[in-house]
Amino acid sequence: MGDDIEVMALRGVNVDIHQGEYVAIMGPSGSGKSTMLNLLGCLDRPTAGAYWLGGEDVAQMGDDALSDVRGRRIGFIFQSYNLIAQLTVLENIQVPLFYQGQSMQESYERCAELGRLVGLGDRLTHRPNQLSGGQQQRVAIARSLVNDPLMILADEPTGNLDSKTGLEVLDLIDDLNDSGKTIVLVTHDNYVAERAHRVIQMKDGLVDRVEVKRASGEARKKVNKRR
Amino acid sequence: MAGYQHFMSTVQLGIKTLLLHKLRSGLTMMGIIFGVCSVIAMLAIGEGASFEAQERIKALGSNNIIVRSVKPPEQARESNNSNGRSRGIQYGLSYDDTARIYSTIPGVQRVLPMRIIRENVRFYEMELPCQVIGTLSFYPDIVSIDLVSGRFISPMDEVYKQNICVLTTSLAQRLFPYHDPLKQIIKIAGNYYKVVGLVREINTPGDRPQSGETEGETMENNVYIPLATAKTRFGETIIKRTGNTVNSETVQVHEIRVQMQDQPYVESADPQIRTLLARFHKEEDYEITVPLQLLRQAEATKRMFNIVLGSIAAISLLVGGIGIMNIMLANVTERTREIGVRRALGAKKNDITIQFLVETVVLSVGGGLVGVIVGVITPYIVTAVTDMNTIVTPWSVMLAFGISGAVGVVFGLYPANAAASLDPIEALRHE
Repeated sequence: MGDDIEVMALRGVNVDIHQGEYVAIMGPSGSGKSTMLNLLGCLDRPTAGAYWLGGEDVAQMGDDALSDVRGRRIGFIFQSYNLIAQLTVLENIQVPLFYQGQSMQESYERCAELGRLVGLGDRLTHRPNQLSGGQQQRVAIARSLVNDPLMILADEPTGNLDSKTGLEVLDLIDDLNDSGKTIVLVTHDNYVAERAHRVIQMKDGLVDRVEVKRASGEARKKVNKRR
Repeated sequence: MAGYQHFMSTVQLGIKTLLLHKLRSGLTMMGIIFGVCSVIAMLAIGEGASFEAQERIKALGSNNIIVRSVKPPEQARESNNSNGRSRGIQYGLSYDDTARIYSTIPGVQRVLPMRIIRENVRFYEMELPCQVIGTLSFYPDIVSIDLVSGRFISPMDEVYKQNICVLTTSLAQRLFPYHDPLKQIIKIAGNYYKVVGLVREINTPGDRPQSGETEGETMENNVYIPLATAKTRFGETIIKRTGNTVNSETVQVHEIRVQMQDQPYVESADPQIRTLLARFHKEEDYEITVPLQLLRQAEATKRMFNIVLGSIAAISLLVGGIGIMNIMLANVTERTREIGVRRALGAKKNDITIQFLVETVVLSVGGGLVGVIVGVITPYIVTAVTDMNTIVTPWSVMLAFGISGAVGVVFGLYPANAAASLDPIEALRHE
């Protein structure tokens, strides 16, 4: 039944995201931000229109090619971390490289290095259920970096965390942006959005307005200090 | 190389995932373990049961036809019986029959007449019941026996009616606990015989027709003497006194072994011999055994047996397979989120299919391995407990193991495809 009704979650959205930019997407529920994120993450294809990611039109790709693009070009950070329970911290970080054909031995060094980068060098052999939420999210961040992606998509990365660990995670994301990573972050929280260069406000499947918080390269306001 | 390592990582991951739920994986494997175990054990029992029968038949020689004298039914003898005090019956095969078979049946290579008499054999104080078999020098060529030491009866012994004999080893061991049996003199029914050789008879048929009576078991206690010697020393009539009555039995030849040149002749000779004997015998005082036919029957029975046992075992493997499929389907539902995450992180549909398929195959092959071990041990326990002969054949082990692997693939494909065809977005949203 439900299959027959077409819901236009997005109705003509035109957005450019530049390399090195930090973009936050905000909007009430039902505004189309999840669909937007799915499209940006190549999990879904637009029914019409084009999506150019790093010089490739992703909209026309088949399922396997999309998987490949996700594996090579995009890093995901989820609200509920989405680590694989039976794998260790290190193995979780290795997963994207595994699907690009690298064996566990080949990717060991790089992944261990990333684990140390997010401050979990001494926990590489732990399992997700032995870690705190903040630690798990940091593993997820390391995992999103492992394939050296064009863009990191963060879907409410602090939604499941208390404010203190949330800030730590946001600081980590800021550091990534400072080192040149493109970040697209979906959030409800204005304070989180304050850190971005641009905030895209969505409403009813359209871009409602775009707020420029600061120019690219300009130091971010220390909004978090107020919380 | 990289591909191989990649695959091994997938297998390792599968094992790791299965170990996460040890009890569940173990119980799932049970089905396959029992299935494989029962395939091997049942086929081993079936094989063992038919093996003994087949060996016994083979020992009779597949090129041979055995004709035996049989005492005719009781009523038929009453007519011969003039008074109650003495009864004489005459029945069975004759030397004429032997000659006729040799001269008229096509494809006959050799015909061996035998006289078989139950008597006691004595060596000083030692007295044992035995079968005295009067036979010819080519007996070892027709009946499978091993010459252990000395020699068998020679054609010259036959010509000169020598008082020599050949003993089976089991008899010799009991008769001469402290002597070397060769060249000893033993006494049978008043006559003395010199031991010239020892043989081991493989699978003596236990139901031979015999003349004379002794107490106790004579199986394997055979004394072979030249046929001509048996003819002159024992005569053809065995007289037996019980109280007032005297019974006499006259049998010329107890058993005739007909050796055919080739197997096709065996088939044709069977009815020919029947027709030939029927013409010269008023009543059917003989029986014909064709080992080849028995062998065929035994093989047919064995095939039936294997099919029945095999299908029972195959059903248990099938049930095991369904058990695996059931668990894997539940597994896919339970791990929907994980599947979504993997897809988001770059896993193709194929990667997911392979991951789940590998898990199923690891379960079934692991179960198969344990099943093979248990299945190979079980027949030994069966043999120890029930005295049944069992034979574990390599092909049954390979068959069972192969089926267990196939079960993994067949019953794993559906859950694996179900996992792969999940929509990544839906899967990621799954709680």
